[in-house]
Amino acid sequence: MHQLTLAEIARGLAAKQFSSEELTRALLARIQALDPRLNAFITVTEALALEQARAADARRAAGESSPLLGAPIAHKDLFCTRGIRTSCGSRMLDNFEAPYDATVVEKLAAAGTVTLGKTNMDEFAMGSANENSHYGAVKNPWQLDHVPGGSSGGSAAAVAARLLPATTGTDTGGSIRQPAAFTNLTGLKPTYGRISRWGMIAYASSLDQAGPLARTAEDCALLLQGMAGFDPKDSTSIDEAVPDYSATLNDSLEGLRIGVPKEYFGAGLDPRIGERVQASIRDLEKLGAVIKEISLPNMQHAIPAYYVIAPAEASSNLSRFDGVRFGYRCENPVDLTDLYKRSRGEGFGPEVQRRIMVGTYALSAGYYDAYYLKAQRIRRLIKNDFMAAFQEVDVILGPTTPNPAWKLGAKGNDPVAAYLEDVYTITANLAGLPGLSMPVGFADGLPVGAQLLAPYFQEGRLLNIAHRYQQVTDWHLQSPEGF
Amino acid sequence: MALERSDVEKIAHLARLGLCEADLPSTLDALNSILSLADQMQSVDTQNIAPLAHPLEASQRLRPDQVTEHNQREAYQAVAPAVDSGLYLVPKVIE
Repeated sequence: MHQLTLAEIARGLAAKQFSSEELTRALLARIQALDPRLNAFITVTEALALEQARAADARRAAGESSPLLGAPIAHKDLFCTRGIRTSCGSRMLDNFEAPYDATVVEKLAAAGTVTLGKTNMDEFAMGSANENSHYGAVKNPWQLDHVPGGSSGGSAAAVAARLLPATTGTDTGGSIRQPAAFTNLTGLKPTYGRISRWGMIAYASSLDQAGPLARTAEDCALLLQGMAGFDPKDSTSIDEAVPDYSATLNDSLEGLRIGVPKEYFGAGLDPRIGERVQASIRDLEKLGAVIKEISLPNMQHAIPAYYVIAPAEASSNLSRFDGVRFGYRCENPVDLTDLYKRSRGEGFGPEVQRRIMVGTYALSAGYYDAYYLKAQRIRRLIKNDFMAAFQEVDVILGPTTPNPAWKLGAKGNDPVAAYLEDVYTITANLAGLPGLSMPVGFADGLPVGAQLLAPYFQEGRLLNIAHRYQQVTDWHLQSPEGF
Repeated sequence: MALERSDVEKIAHLARLGLCEADLPSTLDALNSILSLADQMQSVDTQNIAPLAHPLEASQRLRPDQVTEHNQREAYQAVAPAVDSGLYLVPKVIE
C-alpha cells in the first residue's frame, strides 16, 4: 500500500479497494517502524490523522468524491497548525502551538487530506542539507550517511522512503527543488504569490513560496490544485485564476521550445550530472521539443545577491522572536535587554544567528546602499535575463544542483561552501518564477534532478513537461533499497 | 574591509543576540567569509538599474477600512511565556 501514488490512492479510494482509515493506519505503522532511521518527522499526529481519515471515509460514503479526499500527507513544520506544535526546526519554537492554521493547512484539510505529521527541516528554513535542525539531521534514504538536501529535507526523505505519498514544503532559494533532486522526487516551487504565505513562518518574505513534493508530476498537480489560489490574508498573494493542472498533463510537447543556458554547464558542475541532464534533453527532443542554447549572463551574481537579500529579510522577520509573546524565554533575565539577548542567543542555532547578523549588518546605517540596494539592483538584472530568454523559448532546462547529495557533515563549518550549492535554484526565487525538479537518473547510486523553469504562472506547463517525460522514463519509479 | 571582533559585538548587540565569548572567533570568521562573498557584487555594473523589491513588482493591496478580526487575546496569550491579567510580563523597565 505504501507504494501507491496520490493518483493511485484516489482511484483506490473511489473504487472502495481500501478505506482512508486502513491506508492511514498502514502508513502510521510504517512511519513508526522506519522513521527512526531517517528522522524525517518532528511530530507524528496519529490521533488527528485517524480522525481526519474517518471523516474522509464518511464523506466518501455520503457520495463525495475528489482526488484529495482521504489522501495522506504531511506538512513541513513551518506551516502553522492549530493545537499542534509548529517548531520550525528551532529550539525557539519547541514549545509553540499556533492558535490558528496556515491557509495551506486549512485548504488541504478542507479538501479532505489526512495529516500524518509535521516534517523535519533546517531551522527557520535556513540550510541546504537539513543539518541545521534542533531535532537533528535528516538522513537520505538512498544512502543513509548522506544528506537529503534542505531545507525541506524531512518532507523529501519521508516521501522518498515511501512513508507517505506527498508532502508540503517551502522554497526560498531551492528548498523544495534541491531536496527533491537529492531524493529522486518531483518538487515544484510555484510562482511567487501563487500560494498563500499566511501562517507560513517567514524567512525571506520576498522569496518564500510553498509547494508540493511527490514522486510524480501527476501527484504534484493534485497537491498544487489544493494549495494554490488567492488569499486576502496574504498581502503578496496574487489574484489570478487557478487552472486545472491535471487537465493539461498530457498536452503534446510538439514544437515546445526548451532553452538550455550555456552558463548552467560550466565549471563546477559534476560531469555525471551534466551527462544525465543532457540525456533528459534528448528524451524531450524525442517527444517533440526543440532545443535552443540561451544565455543568462548575470547568473553568477545571484549567490552574493541572494545571500544579502535573504538574510536582510530574515533579520527583520526574526526580530519578532523576543521571548515575550511566544516561543523560548531564557531563565531569570536580569533586565529587558538581557531577556532579549539570552532568549535569542539560546533559542536560535548558529546558522540562524549568522544570517540574522549578516542581515543586520547589510541593513545598518552606512551599508544599506552598498549591500541591500546593490543586491536588489542585481536582482533586476537576473529577472531581465529571464524575461529576455522567454522571448525566445517557452521553458528553460538545466541541472537542479551542481553536485549530488553530500555526506553528512561534509561541509563542516564553512557556510559559504554550502551556499555555493544553491547556484542553479536561487535565480528562480530572485525572479519569482516557477521551477520544478524531476528525477533524470543516478550518479553512483545518488539521484540526479533536472530543473525546468517557466514564465510566471505557467506551473501547468512545467507539470505537463515533467509528466510527459515520466511517461517515457522510469527514473521516478526507482525506490531506495530497504524502503 | 574585514570585520573585527568589536564589529561582531556591535552587530550582535543591534540584533539583540547574546553570543557566548567562546563562539566569537568562529562567528567572526564565518561572517567575514559570507561578507567577502557578498562583496563580489561590487564588481557588477548596476548603473541606471532600479532596485527590484517584489519579483512581480506588485504593490500592496488596499482594502476597505472595516473591522475584520475579533479580539483573541486569550488564545494568543495562551502561548506566551509569562502573562498576568491580560498583560505580558517582562523584567522591570522603569525604576
